Amino acid sequence: MRWEETVVEEATADKEDTSAPETVVQSSVPQPKDDFQEELVIRPLHSGDIYASFQFRTLWETDFMRGNKVSHYRLFPKSLGQVISKFSVRELHISFTQGYWRTMQWGQPFLPSPPGAELWVWFQDSVTDVDGTWKELTNVLSGIFCASLNFIDSTNTVQPSASFKPLGIGNVTDHRFLRYATLPREIVCTENLTPWKKLLPCGSKAGLAVLLKSEKLFHSSFHSQAVHIRPVCQDWQCKTTSWELRQTLNVVFDLHTPGQGKLEWSLFKMFSRTLTEACPLASSSKIYIDITDDPQGEQFEVSPATHLLSQAMVLGDRRTFSVYDLTQQITFGTVRSLNLLIRWKSSEDMLRPLLHAERYVAGYGLQTGEIHTLMYNNHPYRSFPVLLLDSVPWYLRLYIHTLTVTSKGKDNKPSYIHYQPSKDRVRPHLLEMLVQLPPNSVTEVTVQFERALLKWTEYTPDPNHGFYVGSSVISSLVPSIVAMDTNSTREQPLFSSFFPCKEESSYFMRVYTEPLLVNLPTPDFSMPYNVICLTCTVVAVGYGSLYNLLTRSFQIEEPSPGLAKRIANIIRKMRGVPPL
Amino acid sequence: MGLLSDPNRRRALISLLTRLNAPICVVCYMAGVAWFMGLAFEPFTLRTYMSENAMGSTMVEERFPAGERALGTGREFSAHKKKAGGMPVDWLVKTMQSRGLEVFTQRFSRRLPFPDEDKERYMVKGTNVYGILRAPRAPRTEALVLSAPCSPGDDNNQAVGVLLGLAQYFRNQVFWAKDIIFLVNEHDLIGMQAWLEGYHHTNTTGMDWSPLQGRGGSIQAALSLELSSDVVTSLDLVLEGLNGQLPNLDLANLFYAFCQKIGVLCTTQGKLQRNDWDSVSGYSHAVQTMMLMVMKQASGRPWGDHGLFLRYHIEAATIKGINSFRQYKTDATTIGRLLEGMYRKLNNLLERLHQSYFFYLMPSLSHFVSIGYYMPAFGLLALILLLRMSSPGVLSVLTPLVISHLTGVALYTLPIHFQEIAVEHFPVSETEAVVLTAIAVYTAGLALPHNTHRLLTGRGTENGWKVLKLVAVLYLAVLLGCTALINFSLGFILALTLVPVAAFVTPDVPKALSAFIMVILSPACTLLFSVFLFQELQEMPVSFLDGWMLYLSVISQGILDHALYGSLVYPLVALLVYPCWLLFWNILFWK
Repeated sequence: MRWEETVVEEATADKEDTSAPETVVQSSVPQPKDDFQEELVIRPLHSGDIYASFQFRTLWETDFMRGNKVSHYRLFPKSLGQVISKFSVRELHISFTQGYWRTMQWGQPFLPSPPGAELWVWFQDSVTDVDGTWKELTNVLSGIFCASLNFIDSTNTVQPSASFKPLGIGNVTDHRFLRYATLPREIVCTENLTPWKKLLPCGSKAGLAVLLKSEKLFHSSFHSQAVHIRPVCQDWQCKTTSWELRQTLNVVFDLHTPGQGKLEWSLFKMFSRTLTEACPLASSSKIYIDITDDPQGEQFEVSPATHLLSQAMVLGDRRTFSVYDLTQQITFGTVRSLNLLIRWKSSEDMLRPLLHAERYVAGYGLQTGEIHTLMYNNHPYRSFPVLLLDSVPWYLRLYIHTLTVTSKGKDNKPSYIHYQPSKDRVRPHLLEMLVQLPPNSVTEVTVQFERALLKWTEYTPDPNHGFYVGSSVISSLVPSIVAMDTNSTREQPLFSSFFPCKEESSYFMRVYTEPLLVNLPTPDFSMPYNVICLTCTVVAVGYGSLYNLLTRSFQIEEPSPGLAKRIANIIRKMRGVPPL
Repeated sequence: MGLLSDPNRRRALISLLTRLNAPICVVCYMAGVAWFMGLAFEPFTLRTYMSENAMGSTMVEERFPAGERALGTGREFSAHKKKAGGMPVDWLVKTMQSRGLEVFTQRFSRRLPFPDEDKERYMVKGTNVYGILRAPRAPRTEALVLSAPCSPGDDNNQAVGVLLGLAQYFRNQVFWAKDIIFLVNEHDLIGMQAWLEGYHHTNTTGMDWSPLQGRGGSIQAALSLELSSDVVTSLDLVLEGLNGQLPNLDLANLFYAFCQKIGVLCTTQGKLQRNDWDSVSGYSHAVQTMMLMVMKQASGRPWGDHGLFLRYHIEAATIKGINSFRQYKTDATTIGRLLEGMYRKLNNLLERLHQSYFFYLMPSLSHFVSIGYYMPAFGLLALILLLRMSSPGVLSVLTPLVISHLTGVALYTLPIHFQEIAVEHFPVSETEAVVLTAIAVYTAGLALPHNTHRLLTGRGTENGWKVLKLVAVLYLAVLLGCTALINFSLGFILALTLVPVAAFVTPDVPKALSAFIMVILSPACTLLFSVFLFQELQEMPVSFLDGWMLYLSVISQGILDHALYGSLVYPLVALLVYPCWLLFWNILFWK
């Protein structure tokens, strides 16, 4: 029964693709109930590295607003479906990242994420105990993704007031229902990849997912995997709604070779696999190769060549892609296997991305310090506002009166500041600011802090490694070079359609800074026994008795004589005789 | 404690202490010196051992192959350096970029308070070039630094060559977990200071630098390489940093372990270690090595480019290649392999180096004396000060105290401020003017403070000097105690000379003889003797005139170190040690 349905689906999908030309069309054909699309974008980067981004989208048409229990699952993973309904989740975004995205070398990623784990969730407004639900949810997700999300507690959770708006439909914007947490120390590896792959309808058996071999994915410069769940409209009138599960995996491979010749890379070299088929359950399965930087075909060579080209508006830029449709047998050729080969040249200059940011700790010593956040606006003549979100653990005590924002040597007063002070051992600092970045400038945000002395049980097992402070988040509407496509219901490649776009002249962008590693004053834990013994001895014996000696005066005192003796002495004194 | 709470015994003990005070003091002093000399005797010292588990058992395999090519790069660097007449910035940027690093530059400039005649510089302008090797899948939180100075003339070209060779080799390895920063700094310490201040965004010394564009998070360890010949006979490890700070002993252990493994001769203070500790010459060799370390540490100067890292709690050391007339030579490939091994081990670190000692002396590279062993030597000297406290009333001592300290302030501020006037009126250069003013203020101070109490209170109170001595002795005890905790060597050397003065000076001793002894034991003369002793220990004895010139340059360097890098030795001597000594001088001339 199930299998038949999917075959029919595939057939219709095939028909659609073959009948329609590559230019996008309004989707007027009634969609099947569930839908799965997969996509791989490969972009040879400026620096000579290569960026591969996988996107898998599962749509699940169900009426989530009523909150009725659903027990039938087809393509949508049951484990996540149950989580959504049990915890009344409206939106869930979780990412696991190993490494830091190098904006200066690589440009902007399709989907940004901070190093470590990041989780942000919008709950339905029917939830009464948001904190309790959040705690349970993190524990459940921790099990599902095999990650230490259970370390998320009130000391690293914040409720941003402006930076994280819902990305799907729904009009709840009361930030009481939002929770945001990062774990900058989380290390991402195979054990997180396996459960992530299991959420796919085809698993890693067929389709693009066969390329996801951990020995290659974790032999890279950057690895990030994410899961985004949100409610979306099925059509432009939003008559029917559905859950969208987007699984993305971004990886950057290091292609450094000392020589200056052309770089060469192929699917097999990257993933040690070639493609032989699309996932049978997928309605669309495509590979896009970004060839924008090479209009004349001088720098790039792609083989096998394809005549299918597609244009898409990505991150404020119009890009051209070669498209390989895996649902068509002709793509695989006579050898029945697709091994894309790319050759290109690289340059070593740094990029000047429109918006990028960096952060560091200034000062020395273990008492105080200063956090510097630098935000670069490289646009030649447009200024634009950015929202800066900083969540700092309580053990760095921010002196908020020292907060300064300067651009071009002048004070730059933020138009909006939301600051929630920390409470020791309970909650972190939350600082949100809306800052206008002047054109072609660097804006520096500095704030001083004092390092707290922790209780001795609060130190981690490796206290001398330092303590992490999560990335700050910079969200902004950046002026775009080309008119952005605001029609969200049009058929677009998945990678270009994640952040909803409301304006034609700008696009949404999020930038994460690097996390910080801060040393706190640390006692010498290596010989606690000796230290405790010695200190106690010194205090007890040395100080105690010295203090005793200094404050008391010692005199020899005769025991007082009896009454008879005293009388006898008085008499003897009167007689002038020495007393007894 | 029963001994002390029983009044009779207490009285007996006190009378014993007062009766035998002088002999006990002499015994303490002798014992202190003997203890110190005993520290270098091998059976009394500990063998070094690796405390950090992350660097211990897992031996790495070094494969750096490209020593010859690195030397070629060094020669290319030297050619470009000659052509550019300084740092070949463009060439370095291009070379580092082609090796796959993220390259950044930093410009800096600094006007020295007075011209430095040793290094012939006054207005210093330069550029630092550094490239960051980004570790794969690392979030830019930790970094290691390898630096080589771009020195004038033909020095250190090979160091830059090896640095670039290692950068190229490291770039193709996959095991890095921390970013590695390859830094070529111009104008040695000034460039390093500018870079470190830029990296940590502090400004302690009023230097102008352009902000850094790229960072790698918190720096865990740093090595500075100095190499001026294609082959070396031995590698010398320099540990002494600014204000007598030392890196964690594990860094020295790491270097020693790899020298042993690869088979490179390694030295510290330029002295090989010997196995014949039981012979007189073996023992004196160890004493020499340790004394050199003590002198260098006491000077409070950074003895290599690594010295400035220590302020930022970054463990750092300088590795110097030495080429002498020995037969056995080591080539650049081997040095590269040594550094590769050390960096791979440092890369394994999970925490900052903290397991081993921060306070130690090294009589040889394989042996060390920890703080627990050397402190008693100082304690014995400091005990004398406590024993010499005689009782009595207060307040009359305020005047000498204030005047002594004002003299100290004058010594601290005048030399730099009066250099222009001095240059106008006397035929001397700026440097000489500064040094000679310092000496003049110092000598003038000898004439000034004594008899001041008489001017102000009308007559010299009979017991007044006793109070002054009590205050002065306590002052000295606290001062030396604090100094020795931070910089043992400086504390010990000062104690060695100042304690006898403090112990025996009274107004009743023969004036002329005591005054002579006091001058001999004053801080300035201590410095003079130290200069001669240091030359003697380095086996480069100098004539008196050369020694005197060296002495003058040491003073000017001390003042410069304070202005440029924030070294604290000059202000310590001028503002605290010298006034304290003046108090004793005052006591001598009380009547």
